[in-house]
Amino acid sequence: MFGQIRRKAPGNSGVPSAAMPAHSDAEPGASPRTPGTLAPAIETRELAKRYGAITALAGLTLTVGRGEVFGFLGPNGAGKTTAVKLLLGLARPSGGQGRVLGAPLGDRTVRRRIGYLPELFRYQPWLRAREVLRLHCELAGLPRSAWPGEVAGGLRLVGLADRGEHLVGTFSKGMQQRLGLGVALLGSPDLVVLDEPTSALDPVGRSDVRRIVREVRERGTTVFLNSHLLTEVERLCDRVAIVDHGRVVAAGAPGELAADGAVRVRTDGLDAALVARLALDFGELRLDGEWLTAALEPARVPDLVAALVAAGARVHVVEPGRSTLEDVFLRVVSGGSAGGGAGGEAGVPA
Amino acid sequence: MTRAAWTFARLTVLEAARRRLLRVLAVFTLVSVGLTAWGIERLVTLARDHGASAAEVDYGVAQLLVFAAFMFSFVLAATAAFLAAPAIAGDLESGTALAVFARPVARADLVIGKWLGLGLVVAAYALASGILEIAAVGWFAGYLPPRPVEAVLCLVGEALVLMTLALLVSTRMSAIAGGAVAVVAFGLAWMLGVLGGLGKALDVEALVQAADVGRLVLPTDLLWRGVSDALQPPPQTILEAIGRAATGAANPFGGGSPPGTGGVAWAVGWVVVMLGLAAWSLRRREI
Repeated sequence: MFGQIRRKAPGNSGVPSAAMPAHSDAEPGASPRTPGTLAPAIETRELAKRYGAITALAGLTLTVGRGEVFGFLGPNGAGKTTAVKLLLGLARPSGGQGRVLGAPLGDRTVRRRIGYLPELFRYQPWLRAREVLRLHCELAGLPRSAWPGEVAGGLRLVGLADRGEHLVGTFSKGMQQRLGLGVALLGSPDLVVLDEPTSALDPVGRSDVRRIVREVRERGTTVFLNSHLLTEVERLCDRVAIVDHGRVVAAGAPGELAADGAVRVRTDGLDAALVARLALDFGELRLDGEWLTAALEPARVPDLVAALVAAGARVHVVEPGRSTLEDVFLRVVSGGSAGGGAGGEAGVPA
Repeated sequence: MTRAAWTFARLTVLEAARRRLLRVLAVFTLVSVGLTAWGIERLVTLARDHGASAAEVDYGVAQLLVFAAFMFSFVLAATAAFLAAPAIAGDLESGTALAVFARPVARADLVIGKWLGLGLVVAAYALASGILEIAAVGWFAGYLPPRPVEAVLCLVGEALVLMTLALLVSTRMSAIAGGAVAVVAFGLAWMLGVLGGLGKALDVEALVQAADVGRLVLPTDLLWRGVSDALQPPPQTILEAIGRAATGAANPFGGGSPPGTGGVAWAVGWVVVMLGLAAWSLRRREI
């Protein structure tokens, strides 16, 4: 699809390191190919950042395996952009440790293998789109012979093939964001950090970005996706971490987080007194109109149904409860946790 | 010099061209040189019509040339300051720097590259204006200063010094604040130089020392004195014209002294140190 495409070796799936080594097995700038020896794409332990009296990041612990699409979610002010800046060496941590592609945070040579689309995507307005890509080919240290292919491929990939000679200053926000995505993907990086990659795009554009992210993942690139669009994260990500007040409060595969073990029963003939009596045996029960929700192990569902029938209620439907990622997000950031727990790690295997 | 620094230098010059800055400077140069040359030609014609001697005409033209150079040095300083002040601050404020700093480039490369690119633009402007002005005055008034190359080089040096200061400030302050700081510093340095001249004429040692310290802290006045000195006519001409040697110490347009090897070395060293400080400042800056 663009430039030189190479398949990358499969990486680990996010097993947390017991202790972060002082020096990575992989030399900074190198890209080990043997499965099992690849350092995680991102690895942090209690990474913290304070700006004077303000704690932007309290203690971030997470691991992102090679080749996965990892969603990084959180409310405004949770520390997501701060975390991205620390990972890319744009800011220095106040505490904790971190490694990106096996190299310590701030290592300059490893940035040859990282692509970045900032949330605040701005490129020189007096340059043409083709020139912006060419500039970043140069800054990324790509061989000069590869530049024409990378530039043409990048423009084509993001749907700007016919706008290569136009000044960036004439671009809409969406077009600039597309250009930024093209810049981030130059040189087939091992890790791509996308900070709100679809914020300025229309639905067609968002669909294109999802397609590009899937293609990039197929090639073995790790994608670190910071986004507020939870439906998009649900569709794209292998694993997610939800951050609040600078710590991971929930982590896991979107499907795991959303399956909360609840069961819903549509019934009639129930009243509050009966529900309270049943709660003594079956734990917390919630009655919303005709729907009774219970958090139960699957093995106890028949017991609940039998108890309802014995109490004179009529049972119409029994179905497993399922939250959306948004439900989980709202639940954990407003109190309580799921998956990793407050201050928990996002390094469990998928 | 790293490859990245050259990249940033080329980019800076390209920006100046694409944003029509070079065109504006070229037009302004032609207009200002044309106007001043026309004015000097009119005055010279008037003086000769009234029987002024050749020495008197030369002396008068030299003073006008120094005055024009002085006005131009302020314009040049403002240009250098307002070009350099947003050079890094603008990139940081707009977010353009984010994607750049995520690449494997040292922040020092950006500082050095911007300095080189802007330096080329500012130096070319100063050289072109200086050469054209001296040539025009020579053509219309028949006066050629004794050391025109030295005068123009000191002018270029003055601009580069102030540009470096503005670039350093740009790593920490907003563009608008940085420009103001640089221009005000330039004005203060010049005023301190005038006070130093007064001190020398009136034998007030404290003022002389204050001026000396000022020239070390910001060597623009040191270089301006070199411009002024290099544009003055030979002592013989001054004697013939006004019947006495011009003391000039208290006159910012008539008094000057060449910066000398030590002065030039100090100015060059100052620029290198300030550039290093700018690179360190940007490296420590949180984006």
